[in-house]
Amino acid sequence: MATVSLKKLTKRYGSIEIVHGIDLDIADREFIALVGPSGCGKSTTLRMIAGLEEISAGSIEIGGRVVNDLPPRSRNISMVFQSYALYPHMTVRENLGFSLKIAGAAKDDMDRRVAEASAILGLDALLDRRPSQLSGGQRQRVAMGRAIVRDPDVFLFDEPLSNLDAKLRTQMRTEIKKLHAKVQSTVIYVTHDQVEAMTLADRIVIMRDGYIEQVGTPDEVFRRPATRFVAGFIGSPPMNLNEATVEGGQLVFASGARLPLPAQFRANVAAGDKVVFGLRPDDIYPTGHGLSSGDAADVHQIDLPITVTEPLGNETLVFVEFDGADWVSRMLNPRLLRPGERVGMSLDLSQAHLFAADTGKTLRS
Amino acid sequence: MDENSSARLKRSLLRITYRIGLFLAMLTICLPGLWIVLSSLRPTVEIMAKPPVWIPQQISFDAYVAMFSGIGKGGIPVIEYFRNSLIISVTSTVIAVAIGMAGGYAFARYRFRGKSGVFLGLMLTRTVPGIALSLPLFFLYVRLGIIDTHFGLILAYVALNVPFTIWLIDGFFRQVPKDLAEAAQIDGCTRWQAFWQVEFPLAGPGIASAAIFAFLTCWNEFALASQLTRSVSAKTLPVGLLDYTAEFTIDWRGMCALAVVMIIPALTLTYIVQKHLVGGLTSGAVKG
Repeated sequence: MATVSLKKLTKRYGSIEIVHGIDLDIADREFIALVGPSGCGKSTTLRMIAGLEEISAGSIEIGGRVVNDLPPRSRNISMVFQSYALYPHMTVRENLGFSLKIAGAAKDDMDRRVAEASAILGLDALLDRRPSQLSGGQRQRVAMGRAIVRDPDVFLFDEPLSNLDAKLRTQMRTEIKKLHAKVQSTVIYVTHDQVEAMTLADRIVIMRDGYIEQVGTPDEVFRRPATRFVAGFIGSPPMNLNEATVEGGQLVFASGARLPLPAQFRANVAAGDKVVFGLRPDDIYPTGHGLSSGDAADVHQIDLPITVTEPLGNETLVFVEFDGADWVSRMLNPRLLRPGERVGMSLDLSQAHLFAADTGKTLRS
Repeated sequence: MDENSSARLKRSLLRITYRIGLFLAMLTICLPGLWIVLSSLRPTVEIMAKPPVWIPQQISFDAYVAMFSGIGKGGIPVIEYFRNSLIISVTSTVIAVAIGMAGGYAFARYRFRGKSGVFLGLMLTRTVPGIALSLPLFFLYVRLGIIDTHFGLILAYVALNVPFTIWLIDGFFRQVPKDLAEAAQIDGCTRWQAFWQVEFPLAGPGIASAAIFAFLTCWNEFALASQLTRSVSAKTLPVGLLDYTAEFTIDWRGMCALAVVMIIPALTLTYIVQKHLVGGLTSGAVKG
């Protein structure tokens, strides 16, 4: 059990800087997800915490102890690799017990701890098999078992589910969540899948190009994205984003289309400001087919042409054309709509987002 | 004839053709060996006969008996030659494999300046025929006083084998996923332990095959050995074959018998080690 804190953590390869002095404090027993597109530095950050990459500047503390130059084995961490990295020449039992063997643990202690981990993950029937005789999901479980056996201060997960098929991924996601509830360790979880991050984490760290864009609970990053990037990255389907100019209490889009300036931003923008307007698919719907948005709803009605519909059964994603872009909207209790048809859309502007066009930062106060 | 039976016929024809092809290939490979064994067992008259006598009329082990009978009774110092061959081959193989492991691991795992240049340089040494170096090497060895010694030949063989073992072992270490060594380090290993506990066992079959190749190269090498050794205390078995040539005669039967004596240990070793050359040992380590 330990806190982890990164201070001005920097990674350079030669003259190229990959991670630009990031700061992050992770509480004891917290489940943190590092999320971002590939190349954003999230895996590098994780590997620096693990001790597999040297750090170029800054510091890493685990449980209040600076571990900058300690080798991985002295950091009391364990890691689940994307590739699982099971030792192919050892049985599942030997894989699980390997760290204890290296530490010189007594035989009965080793057996007991392997049995514990194997019971938690339901590996009892597989203990004498080799990794090559296991399915993907089983390998994944062995990799987690190997991490549990060490009883580490911090668990590190490096995209552990990305090699599994969709169904198994959902299943393992639940198992990881249960596991965290059981073992109560600090977890740092790297993924590029925002759904994994949203469902698992206590707090999400969104990274981009070696910078942290936002740190917050799943609810915070979804409802109050700090930047245009976060707004576009979190949420599926993604937020609809269009550039506009503020003019006399209205947003004027490139095509000349206009929307009223949402009330919550009036104090923060001036006429002539270039902004990016954002609205989630949940907050735009054919009139009468949306989520109830509460009393504070600031609903704007507009007729828009339909380009495509994607029926999903319980709902239909309706693509409508606005200002030359395809906006996604979510239609609950769907009825049949035809492409080309013009429908009355409700835009809940109380849920809208505005970002500065140049910096990408939110204009919410 | 319906389609199915003609397809069946075609399949059996293909299978027969395949077996005939295989038989011919194996015959080409095995016949010289068989001929050596046969020639060591029959009189010179039969060996020289034209057309060749395929089935020996009489078989005798005289050549083998004579070989071990000592000087003056048609024998040669085969025990000494064997000992020399064994010492030189085993020692130079062990050294070449040790260097090959260190070098191969470095090339597979580390980034350093001039890496590709050094690697290319090592490979280029293989393009020089060993025999071209024998004369300079001879002069050098005479000056250094290591001509006609085990040490001299071991040195030459190590130099001959190291580029090859590095190249081969590099390839096998590359096949061992990097994640495994990292996982081992997180599990509490030092880099050194991670190597011996995880990477070495997985690259083991590859290292074993590098060792076989290196050993066979040393065991069978003739050109350099014939230049750099001259006395019973250093001559190896291939050089020993020349003992059967006199000014006007060649004892083909004796030579073949010695060749058989040479082949047996090499064959046995290869047979023993090849059982451990189980491929695909790394399967299941990472999602493949």
